[in-house]
Amino acid sequence: MSNTIDDIGISTTGERQAVVSVPGITPDKDWVIVARGLKREYDMGGEIVRALRGVDLAIRRNEYVAIMGPSGSGKSTLMNLIGCLDSPNGGEYWLNGMLVSAMSDDQLARVRNKEIGFVFQTFNLLPRATALQNVELPLVYAGIPADERKKRATEALDSVQLGPRLHHRPNELSGGQRQRVAIARALVNRPSILLADEPTGNLDSTTSQEIMRVFENLSSQGQTVVMVTHEPDIAAHARRVVVLRDGIVESDERRERFVDRVGISHATTKVAHD
Amino acid sequence: MNPLEAVRLALDTIRTQKLKSAFTLMGVCIGVMFLIAVVSIVNGMGVYLKDDLVGKLIAINSFELRHRPNINIGDTDAETWREYQRRKRLRYYEVGPVAEVLPEGTRYAVIADNQLSLTSQFGRGPRNVRTTGVEGDYFEIKKLAVTAGRLFTPQEYVLGTPVVVIGPDVVERLFPNLNPLDREVRIAGIPYRVIGVTETQGSAFGMSFDNVAYVPLKAPARRLFNSEPSMIDAVIIQSPSEAEMTETMERVRQVMRVQHQLRPAEKDDFAMQTSDSALEFWDKLQGYLVLAGVALPAFGLVVGAIVIMNIMLVAVAERTAEIGLRKALGARRRDILSQFLVEASTLGAVGAMAGVALGVFLAFVMRAVTPLPTVVAGWSVVLGVLVGAGVGIVSGVYPASRASRLDPITALRQE
Repeated sequence: MSNTIDDIGISTTGERQAVVSVPGITPDKDWVIVARGLKREYDMGGEIVRALRGVDLAIRRNEYVAIMGPSGSGKSTLMNLIGCLDSPNGGEYWLNGMLVSAMSDDQLARVRNKEIGFVFQTFNLLPRATALQNVELPLVYAGIPADERKKRATEALDSVQLGPRLHHRPNELSGGQRQRVAIARALVNRPSILLADEPTGNLDSTTSQEIMRVFENLSSQGQTVVMVTHEPDIAAHARRVVVLRDGIVESDERRERFVDRVGISHATTKVAHD
Repeated sequence: MNPLEAVRLALDTIRTQKLKSAFTLMGVCIGVMFLIAVVSIVNGMGVYLKDDLVGKLIAINSFELRHRPNINIGDTDAETWREYQRRKRLRYYEVGPVAEVLPEGTRYAVIADNQLSLTSQFGRGPRNVRTTGVEGDYFEIKKLAVTAGRLFTPQEYVLGTPVVVIGPDVVERLFPNLNPLDREVRIAGIPYRVIGVTETQGSAFGMSFDNVAYVPLKAPARRLFNSEPSMIDAVIIQSPSEAEMTETMERVRQVMRVQHQLRPAEKDDFAMQTSDSALEFWDKLQGYLVLAGVALPAFGLVVGAIVIMNIMLVAVAERTAEIGLRKALGARRRDILSQFLVEASTLGAVGAMAGVALGVFLAFVMRAVTPLPTVVAGWSVVLGVLVGAGVGIVSGVYPASRASRLDPITALRQE
């Protein structure tokens, strides 16, 4: 899989090469994410913090990628950029054929609504709304009529085995169920990418495995999944692991190589693939 | 997000935060309540004055020729008053030329009146009664009928026969439990025979219109109405229609100016009082009262606005994470803006509706318990709700724009 990255001229080591690029058109339809030389700097009271110093990353449709790194490595910043919550100071970001890095706030909101399905560490469900209402939320902003919304939200909840819990509020659900509601919400708009930020950070290990199985299932059904985590054994569930350090890509390798290198026992990861 | 969706969301939020919403609503609610109540009182007084008081005093399509207006609602300055005092009184012999120029179909009546003391041998002591000497079409113009007995005959008018038609209050006072017909009443000591009892004319502001007596103008009491027997108080003229009244008034004016030998530059030294002219001052006063009635609750509304703004700012702070999430899920700036604006204006409108309900209730209670004749003005209800929603919008703009400008990343991180 890693050789495909070379196909479009982005090397895993951060060396940029000439890329066939026509504005407004993806280099290739297969690539969901194409990021070139992404830079993001913050002005923290006069001191410039360089969170990303030129990240090259390309993710194919149907890939399952984990982005890893210690805190301060820039992985949250990268996630915000990939999720179109933030715009880079430098470089280009193509999402599904659109040059996102040049978009206005409202355009970004549209893109987030249509292309990105967020799953957060803290679930971020509306506490006073039922599971169904929570899942309907992205459809509300997409302007889908009420009955269609209800139908699609119900389907999405069914797909994460929460069919019987449609009218429960978050405080009536377990952590794993809440995260599954969040996943249903992320999927309901049929996004290009499922973008998960530490999806198991607030869950115990059993529930974490349960959520990882959901991700694995989605991936096998063709859903592109990008997951940001700092836990190597969670990252090891993905098929490809990108490690950031000090704002640049340190390594970008297939799961097997990553597992060999960091020495996670096969037993841990096996659970997810059984 | 469509507007209906925003209203639903706002109502959800209000429903889930009942107590907080109730406090928020209070300011607007009280403001609107007083607005409705005060406007109802002023409006009620207006309706009362127009329909009950002036409407009873001045009949439809009619005007009264007087030496000066007798209905002065409001102030008359000292200079005007002195001018009124200097005016010539109307004389009985001036009526003939006036009657001559009246168009076909016009009714007229001549009156002279005074507060006179009436006694009967059956009643408890003398009674001060508004006694009116009438001639002409008085009872037709006033649409006044008798419930017992009869009105005056032409002969009685011509001869000045000492007969009297009395009002129900006078009957009650002078002839308790008796049939007053054909019995004797003394008007300032002069004996009169009762020939009729008028129907009730009601009252206004506690003033009864039934404490009245009517006699032929030429009857012996005539000299008691004014200092000279030829003096009269008014000529009441009624046209068949409003359009003809204007023409008739102009004719009467010209005749009177000739009779009073006025030069073209001189102003009229007589008055032609219509119900409109009598109510002129009230209309002006009502404007001020309504203004005051609107200005006072406005303070309540300002307080309400500040409370709503405050609560909305707290709501924005409390719901930062929610706003971040909504933005992450694709809410645009204007979606967030409209969510909070609609929420604030819905709060305001719901408060206003509660205020309208309370205000209307208050108006009805006042009507039932006090003599204040309140009438709820439809426009004040509409205004109240609009003002409430407006207060909501105005006070929601700042918090909503703050919410819409929140950075989704920072907002999401908020716990």
